[in-house]
Amino acid sequence: MAAEKTVTTTGLLGWIDNRFPLTKMYKEHLSEYYAPKNFNLWYFFGSLAMVVLALQIITGIFLTMHYKPDASLNAAGIPVAFASVEYIMREVPFGWLIRYMHSTGASAFFVIVYLHMWRGMMYGSYRAPRELIWIFGCTIFLMLMAEAFFGYLLPWGQMSYWGAQVIVNLFAAVPLIGPDLAVWVRGDFVVGDATLNRFFAFHVIAIPLVLVGLVAAHIIALHEVGSNNPDGVEIKKNKNADGIPLDGIPFHPYYTVHDIVGIAGFLIVFCAVVFFAPELGGYFLEFNNFIPADPLVTPPHIAPVWYFTPFYSMLRAVTDLFTWVMVGAAALGALALLRSNWPMVIRAAGVAAIVVLAITFRVFDAKFWGVVIMGGAVIILFFLPWLDVSPVKSIRYRPTWQKVLYAVFVVNFFILGYLGVLPPSPIGQAYSLAGTVFYFGFFALMPLWTNKGQFKPVPDRVTFKPH
Amino acid sequence: MKTLILSKVVMRSAAYSIFFVCAVAAIGIATVSSAMAASGPVALDSVPQAKLSDKAAMQNGAKTFMSYCLGCHGVSAMRYSRLSDIGMNEEQIKALLPEGKKTGDYIRTSISRNDAKEWFGAAPPDLSLTARARSSHSGTGTDWVYTFLRTYVEDPSRPTGWNNKTYPGVGMPHVLWEMQKTKSPAEFDSAVGDLAAFLNYVAEPAQFTRKTFGIVVLAFLAVFFVIAWRLNKAYWKKIR
Repeated sequence: MAAEKTVTTTGLLGWIDNRFPLTKMYKEHLSEYYAPKNFNLWYFFGSLAMVVLALQIITGIFLTMHYKPDASLNAAGIPVAFASVEYIMREVPFGWLIRYMHSTGASAFFVIVYLHMWRGMMYGSYRAPRELIWIFGCTIFLMLMAEAFFGYLLPWGQMSYWGAQVIVNLFAAVPLIGPDLAVWVRGDFVVGDATLNRFFAFHVIAIPLVLVGLVAAHIIALHEVGSNNPDGVEIKKNKNADGIPLDGIPFHPYYTVHDIVGIAGFLIVFCAVVFFAPELGGYFLEFNNFIPADPLVTPPHIAPVWYFTPFYSMLRAVTDLFTWVMVGAAALGALALLRSNWPMVIRAAGVAAIVVLAITFRVFDAKFWGVVIMGGAVIILFFLPWLDVSPVKSIRYRPTWQKVLYAVFVVNFFILGYLGVLPPSPIGQAYSLAGTVFYFGFFALMPLWTNKGQFKPVPDRVTFKPH
Repeated sequence: MKTLILSKVVMRSAAYSIFFVCAVAAIGIATVSSAMAASGPVALDSVPQAKLSDKAAMQNGAKTFMSYCLGCHGVSAMRYSRLSDIGMNEEQIKALLPEGKKTGDYIRTSISRNDAKEWFGAAPPDLSLTARARSSHSGTGTDWVYTFLRTYVEDPSRPTGWNNKTYPGVGMPHVLWEMQKTKSPAEFDSAVGDLAAFLNYVAEPAQFTRKTFGIVVLAFLAVFFVIAWRLNKAYWKKIR
């Protein structure tokens, strides 16, 4: 028999608190969750991501009430799914607003999540004890990509159709089981009604459930260890007599009023797009997607939506030439292993494994390795907490040349993204190859470079200027 | 210690050289892509902008559409009754209706898709979204429609006797040729502009209300932002 609960609240709240930890949760997560007082602009994106998630779920529910995942043709020869989107745009009261909020929301989600992840990279928010927060976050990013990919098929336009065709065909590049795997994913030999219906199921229920669960885990893990801050200083190291961090302030009201300003600012930009430029020059809504899906007409240039393009560039970079680069990287790895101090048996086994791997680089189709590289570009992020061995967390106290390297990383990511929008070209191909090598080198070589150079002294307390 | 300094120098020079490579690549890409954009097919003429919000022009375009285009092309996402959006009353809409149609019907063509495929090589596309779908970096889809309908040339080598400079090898003959022959070039351009304005409206009927709402919403958000900002300031005054 559990001990009798004692709660200090009375009345209705007391009745609830005796049965559900309402006041306890309110205190733990809001009024007595102490966050560092030196958050800067970069710290808006976490709460904004939650706002956009809510926005996507709510607008999504209303879209589902009128959308029909049906690839058959209506009396005018238009696929029912495509026509149902236009029905929402024209005949459902404020349907256009709901739809544009959802389509703009998808792009906004990625803008916010990319900035949120970059914040984590700059301030070392993934370092101990926050590794799990980062891993949950990377999984959220992966799920978000899946969610966006499945959702993009639903309007059943030319880009929806051929984008899905290209990506699902990638599964066909998996050695041995590839073709069967692609049929299994599609539910048909081409992208068709079966594909549309299963993608709908994944988009509206399977992935959102996982996403919401992961977001909860992300926040619970965050509140367990406490937020990092732009100085990368642990505020829990300096507490007052009551055990409250000296540099911490209650999340509510200080960061709630703070985040409301961020939300207002975000909504201004968001609504400017929704009401005045919902296509955003063809980047948020691709022009070709206003043409109904036609399995017999391949568009001259198939480009994914902007948020996938950096990874799409990496996929396209992997040609026969790139597999030689991968063999070279494997050789360097083997060499490093041979020169290490590990026992002879481990070294020999490791080198043997690398040699086998290097052979598969050349034996299997380059397209398959393209898929592996594209996936690996996201997977490598998961290992960041252990790759970064810098003595400081925040970029503020890193050597200048490391700051330059981080800047190059961002520029490189942007260029890869830009190239992914364009049709393939020799110069683009050459850059993508170099850019992909840089992207992976940046992370994979972190154990070698992140602890080199002259670090600036980290202060004991956070740097804060009163407003 | 020596290796540390060496690796620092190597790392630093590597970082700067990568940065340099990125900068060069960015400039190269920008040059190539702008050259690619410039070498597009036909430069598009811009549709007279005033027509895009002129209800009389759109109504005129609707009439042209019903008499010249509807034989082969529908705008099947729209009902006839929605023509009230562009200022037509019920009598005027009824006057436009083809035989046996009601105002609540969708604006569909009566041509059979299979017949059309046999005659023209491809079923004529539905035009509900053409003014959006034909958008590109050379101009809006409406500009494309406006240019396309004015760039027909006689070409005896084509089955229809017509070809198009904007859309070489097009299956559609020059449906407006008689209009082009009887009208002055300026009058013809104006009539095509009206038709393009109609298709522009049809592609997104919400486009006008959208912008009106947008102004109200942004005005509200601007006020809300100021209030939120002051509220935040008031709270944070206590934080030292």
